[in-house]
Amino acid sequence: MVDYFSLDYFLKHILSFAIWVPVLSGIVLLFTADENKPDNTRWLALVGGLVSFLVTIPLYTHFNFADGGFQFQEGFRWIPAFNINYHLGVDGIAIPLILLTSFTTVIVIIAAWEVIEKRVAQYMACFLIMSGLMIGVFSALDAILYYVFWEAMLIPMFLVIGIWGGPNRVYATIKFFLYTLLGSLLMLVAFIYLHMQTGSFEVTDFHRVTLPLNVQILIFLAFFTAFAVKIPMWPVHTWLPDAHVEAPTGGSVVLAAIALKLGGYSFLRFAMPIAPDAAHHLSGYMIALSLIAIVYIALVALVQKDMKKLIAYSSISHMGFVTLGFFIFNNLGLEGAIVQMVSHGFISAAMFLCVGVLYDRVHSRQIESYGGVANTMPTFAAFAVLFAMANSGLPGTSGFVGEFMVILGAIEANFWYAFLASFTLIFGAAYTLWMVKRVFYGEIANSHVAALKDINKRELLILSTLAIMVLALGIYPQPLTDMTNATVTQLLSQLAQSKLPAGFTSGL
Amino acid sequence: MENIRYDLITALPEIFILCMAMVILIADLFLKKNNRIAIYGLAQSTLLGAAYITFTTHAPSVTYAFTGTFVDDAMADVLKLMIYLGTSLILLYSRQYIQLRGMFRGEFYALVLFSVVGMMIMVSGQNMLTLYVGLELLSLSLYALVALDRDNAKATEAAMKYFVLGALASGMLLYGMSMVYGMTGSLNIADINNALMNESKIHAVLVLGLVFIVAGLAFKLGAVPFQMWVPDVYEGSPTAVTLLISSVPKLAAFAFIIRMLVQALPTLVVDWQQMLVIMAVLSIVIGNITAIAQTNLKRMLAYSTISHVGFILYGLMSASMNGFVYAMFYVVSYVLMTLAGFGIILLLSRKGFEADQLDDLKGLNQRSPWHAFLMLIVMFSMAGVPPTLGFYAKFSVLQAALEAGYLWLVVFAVLMAVIGAFYYLRIIKLMYFDEPLDHSPIVAPLDMRIVLGVNALALLVIGMMPQGLMELCIYAVTRSLS
Repeated sequence: MVDYFSLDYFLKHILSFAIWVPVLSGIVLLFTADENKPDNTRWLALVGGLVSFLVTIPLYTHFNFADGGFQFQEGFRWIPAFNINYHLGVDGIAIPLILLTSFTTVIVIIAAWEVIEKRVAQYMACFLIMSGLMIGVFSALDAILYYVFWEAMLIPMFLVIGIWGGPNRVYATIKFFLYTLLGSLLMLVAFIYLHMQTGSFEVTDFHRVTLPLNVQILIFLAFFTAFAVKIPMWPVHTWLPDAHVEAPTGGSVVLAAIALKLGGYSFLRFAMPIAPDAAHHLSGYMIALSLIAIVYIALVALVQKDMKKLIAYSSISHMGFVTLGFFIFNNLGLEGAIVQMVSHGFISAAMFLCVGVLYDRVHSRQIESYGGVANTMPTFAAFAVLFAMANSGLPGTSGFVGEFMVILGAIEANFWYAFLASFTLIFGAAYTLWMVKRVFYGEIANSHVAALKDINKRELLILSTLAIMVLALGIYPQPLTDMTNATVTQLLSQLAQSKLPAGFTSGL
Repeated sequence: MENIRYDLITALPEIFILCMAMVILIADLFLKKNNRIAIYGLAQSTLLGAAYITFTTHAPSVTYAFTGTFVDDAMADVLKLMIYLGTSLILLYSRQYIQLRGMFRGEFYALVLFSVVGMMIMVSGQNMLTLYVGLELLSLSLYALVALDRDNAKATEAAMKYFVLGALASGMLLYGMSMVYGMTGSLNIADINNALMNESKIHAVLVLGLVFIVAGLAFKLGAVPFQMWVPDVYEGSPTAVTLLISSVPKLAAFAFIIRMLVQALPTLVVDWQQMLVIMAVLSIVIGNITAIAQTNLKRMLAYSTISHVGFILYGLMSASMNGFVYAMFYVVSYVLMTLAGFGIILLLSRKGFEADQLDDLKGLNQRSPWHAFLMLIVMFSMAGVPPTLGFYAKFSVLQAALEAGYLWLVVFAVLMAVIGAFYYLRIIKLMYFDEPLDHSPIVAPLDMRIVLGVNALALLVIGMMPQGLMELCIYAVTRSLS
């Protein structure tokens, strides 16, 4: 007899709860919503978001820090005809990202409170469902289950950008969808190929199978198209600025804070451990692409006139650090990359929310429409400057920790990598602070700015929550690194082992 | 005498439907205009009765009848049940449409039932002539149905086109069959197979015959390069008939291909495999790329059908048991998707308004969020995005093709699927991102709304739990082919 209300039962199926509680609350919201009473819908969405967040907390409190393998595993045979299992499990890399996801969803719901006026229920439901699906991506241990979550999450995002986005939203959202779909379908082909080799879709079986180098390279490239688009890496990043500019604030926040991390996480879960020899073989190219993203995209960010576009390019540049950290194959680099992912989740969310605050009041994202905002919105300006500093990697903020660790790791690998990567500290400061200067300081530029009212309690709540997270992670990143440590060590030893079959060089 | 009785029982569902079609024709003469609805009830109960007979007489073993020209096996029964189900949905979805257009007559229902018998014979035929007769019964009923609205110039033109090209295809098929007969001395599927098994060398005439047979089949299926009639006929026919043409006959065509190529001519596998490969690739390319340029919803769905046929051929060309199972799974999924898709078009049409332009879908989310959501599921399913049924359909045929060693063709199909996703997304864009042009309320009978909802949601639900449908296809194909 199973006791469905015991803590034991809950902990056994915690990942299922983490996925399905937000999805179901989104569906309930769609069916119960009354267009004439949007406030009820908002409160219901908030409750759904909070419950979904609380459900994920035990992942941290009940985590075994010494174990680098998969924990909280659960599953059953889902589609035996295809050998597909509903198999969930998380390690030290996935949990921080899951917590980030459920946390961000709450923030997004609060941020949309008064801003979204039309079709409130559909908007909130999209984010709740998306949150569940993204947690599914982070916790799936069966390739097809993972793929289903990965693709399904595109549908709500497609609708969010398309329905509530800016004037050019249709172009942006279709571009976003097709870019991502192209990459993921090639990944699907790779999954089917691996299934032919192993007879199962289990990720752990994929990790074990030996593959000749040329096969590994093809598989790595198939994964690369999927994940590089998602992260995104130069030169397949062009959908991101479009999508960010057109998306509503909530869409930008989720896109930057979580969707990009899906790509980073997937490199660590699939591309690198399944094809480690190819990863080593091609690491030179990957590092080159990362450095181009860090340096060149930062220069592109410098000349942007649209605030959202600037932050979008800054995201690409920061994600360059993540991929750099992955492909230098050492402990510091890899852990730094993970810290950078989490930290970027908070900072970019905060930056986009700040732009959202201004946009809601003035309805412009152009830097030139502003000037001297600090005079009329002093509290808001303080937060914005804090987040800007964090974005440019000031010590004491979370932005510093990840970048510093990656740079240290890069020195171990090659001095010139580190040399080029550290340019970001200059360029990052340049584009962020220059934007802050033009928007917040100086004389009051026009009547719109003069009429601005400072942030209200709701905005204060979300910005201060994020500020606390940014500072906490910057001053004391230990809890996060403790969590990832064992997994990173295990992953690195896994990556160091060649998976080439003995005596073969070619297999196709 | 004993034998005849046995034969008749094997073909009982066909006989039952045929008799009922006659009853409907006669009953129609005696019914007053207001009581015509009884005919609809009669047609639906015919399908239900046939389903009951098929279901209760079902046995997993293979039964031959009429001296081996007719077969009752698991595949035949499963496909027949699907045909009844599909036809029943077609009748339900089209009832209001044909009522408003003066086509609500006994002929419509009789012709639909005749076409159902045609399909059933195609599914159960075990002799080339039986198969051919089934195909002709289906085709002739469909030609007449397209032209049923006789004052409609477009429909008449479509019927003419359909008839001329269809007759040409039938001719080719028959010609090919005659060559096979010439080389093997038999028209029976099993005998042809046996005759060829003992042959050490394959004669060129046989291959030539095969070319004609495959070309004829491709015509009926609408595969490139024999697809020209598809968009014109889809566009010109009354939507209710388009719904019929585009959906259930594909189930029969699938069985037809299995009987002809897999059961009769497995020795020529290398030859027909090549032809299917070429047609599959071309269908996916032409179907997906041309669909982008369409402004008419029915034409767009016609090209989408062509690309789906390409994917079905991907399963068949693998020439493995898995490939056939997955092709059947794809066909069944395709039928469910098409029924729901055209169902929405029928739902949106009203007297004097066809709802067949893409722009007619604009702003549907504001007019009716529920129906927009249903169409959203259908479109994502057609595009093959999980968690919908269409994903597993594509996933499985691609898996079969990859197992057969067609790595680069699979990669190619995947790239084409991305192009295909574009025009499905455009429909969603119209429904969700645009303002409505037309604010008239959506009027539809309650039973249609409910069944359409179930139909579209089934794409999502089966998409999350495809095991049952997959097992059914495995059962049907493996029982019949091993």
